[in-house]
Amino acid sequence: MTGRVSDAIKHGLQEVQAYVVMSVAALRAVFTPPYYRHDIVEQFEAIGIGSLTVVLLTGFFTGAVLALNTGITLDQFGARSFVGRLISASMIKELGPVLTGLMLAGRIGSGIAAELGSMVVTDQINALRALGTDPIRKLVVPRLLAGFFMTPVLTVISDGVGILGGWIIAVFQLRVASSIYWTSIIDGLYMEDAWMGLIKPFFLGFIIVTIGCHVGLSAKGGTQGVGRATTNAVVASSVAVIAVDFFLTRLLITLMY
Amino acid sequence: MRIAPERSPALDEALGPGSPIVVFDKVSLAFDDKVILRSVSFTLLTGHTKIFLGASGAGKSTILRLILGLLRPDGGVIWVNGERVDEMSEDQLMRVRGDLGMVFQEGALFDSLSVAENVGYKLYEESDMALDEVRSRVEEVLGFVGLGEHIDKSPSMLSGGQRRRVAIARAMAFKPRILLYDEPTTGLDPITADSIDNEIIKLRDLENVSSILVTHQLRDAFRVATNTAVRNGGRVEIVPADARKADEAEFIMLRDGVIAFEGNAAELRAATDPYLKAFLS
Repeated sequence: MTGRVSDAIKHGLQEVQAYVVMSVAALRAVFTPPYYRHDIVEQFEAIGIGSLTVVLLTGFFTGAVLALNTGITLDQFGARSFVGRLISASMIKELGPVLTGLMLAGRIGSGIAAELGSMVVTDQINALRALGTDPIRKLVVPRLLAGFFMTPVLTVISDGVGILGGWIIAVFQLRVASSIYWTSIIDGLYMEDAWMGLIKPFFLGFIIVTIGCHVGLSAKGGTQGVGRATTNAVVASSVAVIAVDFFLTRLLITLMY
Repeated sequence: MRIAPERSPALDEALGPGSPIVVFDKVSLAFDDKVILRSVSFTLLTGHTKIFLGASGAGKSTILRLILGLLRPDGGVIWVNGERVDEMSEDQLMRVRGDLGMVFQEGALFDSLSVAENVGYKLYEESDMALDEVRSRVEEVLGFVGLGEHIDKSPSMLSGGQRRRVAIARAMAFKPRILLYDEPTTGLDPITADSIDNEIIKLRDLENVSSILVTHQLRDAFRVATNTAVRNGGRVEIVPADARKADEAEFIMLRDGVIAFEGNAAELRAATDPYLKAFLS
């Protein structure tokens, strides 16, 4: 029993070590040539444009349901007109980054792990190395850059449509005047909130992509291994999104407020 | 056209015909408690062929991965093309791999690329060659393996044998001096396997490529060892090799990670060891 626990701890530490080694190698490759520009553009499109639909839908309905729920609560205090203030603060500081992160963990984390895992088990990664290409530069760096830069963009879009969803509910269901809603949105928003909502997605994008790449590149055991890698990537990156969000929020509150 | 690293004239002379181009000296490798190779030593001479035989799990494919630097040995020394590869970093190995072509089991073609992009991968991505030059080289090598009409197809649209031939075309496109074949005919019908064997023979005899073939298909191993490619007018013919040429192909039988036999086709056929006889029967 003790042996099994120590084996599990050892295995866990080895995984973390391998993840850190890969991430450091990827970061080093970001700043040194050669670059595979075609792959970088392709990944910006796949991760950025490709994730737009899921982010738009998630953001819109989150803003709408937030308006519905906060409307009921605010009614108890006769403060329905403050609904915009609550939506902007919640969406921009917390829900926008985290929900976008979770959606991306599901969509691109799984996609990366499945794609790279399939390449590992069919020897395509070894074929790349045999042909003189570093898989970190060719496969990880383009995904890392796309995840790092597109997650904040997608988060801002999610925030925007979330506020729009809230506006629709506030105006047509809660009967709050449109001008009051928008004034309340601006009144409730502080510069620190905007920075927090903008800084967090960079880290979340990095975490989602690097976990997907690490899990995919470590896949073993044929198609079953690829399936396992895909599941592990989604679980690990989703948990990491929530955990990193907590620690980052704590850090940013200390630094900015 | 060659994107392999340039060699100094002295090294070029030292690695000329008949000199060692791949050397294994007491190479050992184990994964956890499982010993894969135990003090394996052999030498491949320039322009010659080594054919590794053995049961599944005997360590045949591992030898190819060690030559490429995809695996590192636990002990021993490996020389490839005049350079010691067992101590090299991944960056240094990239240079050595510029002169090594590998045909993986099942081909390992890139699914997301077309046949032309697969074959010209190294030239497109890792060289400064002009795109029209790359295209003409791709057409040339695909013509060499008889797949010129499939140039714009996706690998998924090809049969198993065609995919292996595309893999051979990819491995030879940048004109490496050494080609490594990992079970190139396994799972193929005899006629398709013959066409793959012919490509291996043609590359060895017409392009002067040194080759290492890993297989457990005896029929293909003997066919590669005992035949030669000759030009007859404009045509290439595969004909039985004379004794001198047949001697240039040497068999190595691996058993439980050690070399159980080393010699030419005639010596292998005449072997009296019960394991070898059982393997050959």
